[in-house]
Amino acid sequence: MSVESSAPVSSPPVLSLVGVDKRFGGVQALAGVSLDLVAGQVHALLGENGAGKSTAVKLLTGVYAPDAGCVRVRGTALQFQSTQAAWQHGIAAVYQDPALFDQLSVAENLFAGHLATRRGGWLDWKAMRQRARASLQSLQADFDVQAPLGGLSLAQKHLVAIARALTHDARVLILDEPTAALSRREIDHLYGIVRRLAQAGTAILFISHKLDEVFAIAHRYTVLRDGRQVAEGAIGEVKEADLVRAMVGRSLTQIFPKAAAEIGDPVLQARELGNGTAFEGVSFTLHRGEVLGFYGLVGAGRTELVEALFGLAPPTHGVATLEGQPIGRSPRASIEHGLVLVPEDRQKNGVFGALSIRENLVLPSLRRLARGPLLDRHAEGTLAQQLVDRLAIKHTDLEQPVNELSGGNQQKVVIGKWLATDPKVILLDEPTQGVDVGAKAAVHAFIAALVARGVAVILVSSELPEVMGVADRIVVMHEGRVVRIVPRAEFAASALVAAALGSVSARESTDVEAARAS
Amino acid sequence: MSKLLGHREAALAALVVALFAAIGWRAPVFWSAANLDTLLNDSAILTIMALAQMCALLTRGVDLSVGASMALAGMLTALLSRAQPELPVVWSILLALGSGLVLGTLNGVCIAWLSLPPIVVTLGTMSIYRGLVFVVSGGAWVNAHELGPRFVAFPLERFLGLTHLGWIALGVAALGYLFLHHRSAGRELYALGGNPAAARHVGINGPRRELLVYVLSGACSGLCGYLWVARYAVAYTETALGFEMQTIAACVIGGVSIRGGRGNVSGCLLGAAFLVLLFNALPIIDVSPFWQPAISGAAILAAVVLNSRSEPERRRARSWKPAGNALGART
Repeated sequence: MSVESSAPVSSPPVLSLVGVDKRFGGVQALAGVSLDLVAGQVHALLGENGAGKSTAVKLLTGVYAPDAGCVRVRGTALQFQSTQAAWQHGIAAVYQDPALFDQLSVAENLFAGHLATRRGGWLDWKAMRQRARASLQSLQADFDVQAPLGGLSLAQKHLVAIARALTHDARVLILDEPTAALSRREIDHLYGIVRRLAQAGTAILFISHKLDEVFAIAHRYTVLRDGRQVAEGAIGEVKEADLVRAMVGRSLTQIFPKAAAEIGDPVLQARELGNGTAFEGVSFTLHRGEVLGFYGLVGAGRTELVEALFGLAPPTHGVATLEGQPIGRSPRASIEHGLVLVPEDRQKNGVFGALSIRENLVLPSLRRLARGPLLDRHAEGTLAQQLVDRLAIKHTDLEQPVNELSGGNQQKVVIGKWLATDPKVILLDEPTQGVDVGAKAAVHAFIAALVARGVAVILVSSELPEVMGVADRIVVMHEGRVVRIVPRAEFAASALVAAALGSVSARESTDVEAARAS
Repeated sequence: MSKLLGHREAALAALVVALFAAIGWRAPVFWSAANLDTLLNDSAILTIMALAQMCALLTRGVDLSVGASMALAGMLTALLSRAQPELPVVWSILLALGSGLVLGTLNGVCIAWLSLPPIVVTLGTMSIYRGLVFVVSGGAWVNAHELGPRFVAFPLERFLGLTHLGWIALGVAALGYLFLHHRSAGRELYALGGNPAAARHVGINGPRRELLVYVLSGACSGLCGYLWVARYAVAYTETALGFEMQTIAACVIGGVSIRGGRGNVSGCLLGAAFLVLLFNALPIIDVSPFWQPAISGAAILAAVVLNSRSEPERRRARSWKPAGNALGART
C-alpha cells in the first residue's frame, strides 16, 4: 500500500497517508492515496482544484477521518479525534487565508488556544511575549508582538501563522497555497524560511498551483487527479510539462492562447485618474477587442484602480469615460453602461454561496428577464442553462448552492453572470488566482472569446507569464503610478519586472528574474 | 437548497397537522369550523408581522421595534376614534398605515443611510416608540366603550365568509409571496443578506433595499396596531408588549436564517401557524398561559438547533471559508 518502496527516502516518514479512501455522499474525494512526509524535505502536493488536495490536508490534520486506510505518525496508525490532537502530534497547517484574529495582538494570536499560564491559571504574559518575539525573530520578522494583528499585511500575517505553528513545535508544517496573494519579494522571503525550516528538520507539505515555485523549493512531489495518485517522485527527475500533463490528464500545449482579435476604436479612456492614496495620475486608452494587462507588485494600486473605474470607490480626481460617458460613479451605473468587474476576492465579493447556481447567474439580468412586473423563473432557468453549458461549469443541478462547487467553477459562475448583460468592457482582477490549470485555461479561452466579439478586457494579474501571454499591451504600475505602457511586440520579461520594481536597480531586478526562472 | 427547504417545510407542516390532530383528540371542539375560524383570526396579526420580520432577517437585519410601533400606531388610532367615534374606518386604517410608515422610515433612515446596526437602532426606537405611547395617552387606557362601534367591529366583520382580519392576512401573505419570489427587489434581499459585499459588486443598492424593508415593516406594524387595538377593543401602554419576539420565533421556526439570505413565505406562515396552535393548545391540555413566553422561547431554541443541523453547506462555508475581514490582499 505504501509508496516507500518507490521513494528513495533516507529516514522513515514523520507523517504518512497509507492507502486512504474518503467519500462524501456520491463523490469519491480520495481513493487509495499514499503520501509520506519526511523530516527535512519539502514535499509538493499538486493537482487541479477538486483533485482532492484539500481533503488530503484535512485527513492529515484530523479534520476528517479516512473511510479506509490510515494516517501514520512516525509509523504508528493514529485516529485524530480533532485538529487539536493533530497539533499535539506536531502537525500544523497554514492556509491561504490564515485563520487569525485581527483584533488580538500578534502575541495573543501566536498563543490563541494554548495560552501560557502560571500557577493558579493566571496568564503569563511576559513568557508569551518573550516566546513570541523569539519565534518571529527566527523567521526574520521584526514587528511589535503587542500590536494588533489587523494592522499587518497579508504576508506578515502568513509569517504569524507560520510562527504560530512553530510555537507548537510543529514537526510537520502544511502550507496550503501560501504564496497566492504575496508579492515576489515576500515570496522569496517565504522560500528562505521554508528552506531553513526544512534544514532544521521540519517535514513540509507544500501545496501550490505555481509550478515554478514547486521547482524552486520542493524535493519530492505527488500529483492527484480526481482523487487518485497519478504521479510521484523526486522533483529533480521530472519536467514541468510532465507535471502539467499528470495534473490535467492531457498535455496543455497552449496554456496562454493569444486571441487574434481585431483591435477597434477606443472604448474606455482614463485621464489623470487618482484617488489620493492608492493611485495617482493614471492615464490610458482601451480599445474594442483589446486585452490590456495591468502588471505590478502587490500594492501597486491596480485593484484600487479597477474598483474606482467600476464605481465602488469613485476616483477623487481625473476623468474616466466609456464611449464618451463619464463612468466610475456607482457599480449600478457602470453595469448599465456596459462596464463590469470580476473582483479579486471571489469568496468575499463574487459569489453568493448560499444562493443557487441559477440565482447567482441571473442576478444582474433579473429586470431584463422579468415578464412585466414579475420575475420569469422559466427564462431564468433557460439563461442559466445556457451559461452553464457555455462555460462548462461542472455541476449536478442548477438549484445547487454555489458553495458546493470547486473554486474554479465558482469563478466561472462569477464571470458567467456578466455574460448575459452584454458588457462592452470587462475588468478582470486576478481572475486565475487560486484556480487550477484547467480552470485557468478556461478563463483564458473565455477572454479570447470575449475579445473576438469586440469586448475590451482589462486583465489585472501578478503572474507575468499570464499577462505576457494574454495581453495586447501591458500597463506596468509601481506604487500607484503608471511607469510604462508596453506594446506586445516589445514584451520582455526582465524589462517588465524591472519596471514593476520601479526605483530598484537593474541588477536586483535581474536577480528576481533569475529566481523566477529557476 | 430548494430540496432541503422543501423537506424542512414538509416536516414542519406534518408537525402542525400532528399538533392539530393531537389537540383535537383531547378536545374535539378544536376541530370545529368555528374554532378554525378563531385560529385563523388569532394567527392573522402574527402572520403579517412575521412576514415583515422575515424581510428584515433576510437582509441580516432585525426589527425589534415592531411591537412598540404597533402599540403607538394602535394608540393613535384609538385616540382618533375616541375623539371622532363616527369617523369611517378607512381613516383609522390610513392613520395606522401612515404613522407606521413614519416610524419605519425613521428606522430605515438610521439603518440604511447612517449605516447603524439594525439591532441597535430598533432596540433604541423600541423604547422611544413605547415611551411615546405613554406620552400621547398620558399613560391612560382607551377602553371599549370610548371607541367607535365601527372601529371595533371592523376586524371581525365578514366578507365572503372570512373575517376582514383573515382576508388582510391572506392578502399580505400573497403580496409577500409575489414580492419575495417574483420581484427583482425581493430577490435582491436574498442576495444582500447572502453576501453584502458581492451584492454591491452586482450593482444592488443595499441602502435603498434596507430602507424599503424597514418602511414596509413599519407600515405593517401600523396596520397591525390598529387591527390589534380594534380586535381586543382596548388600547393601552402595554399593547403587543414583547410581540417582536413572537415574530422572530415564527420566522426561526419557519426556517428563516438569522444570518440572512435564507427563508421563504411558506416556511414563515407555517412557523406562525405552529406558534398559534401551540398557544391555543396550552389551556386545552391544562397548562397555565403563564407558561406561554417560556414555551415560545423553548420553541425558538429547538428551531435554531434544528436549523443549524440542517444547513450543511452553510456550516461548511463557515468553517472553511472564514467570512473574510480585510484578509483579501490589495493589489
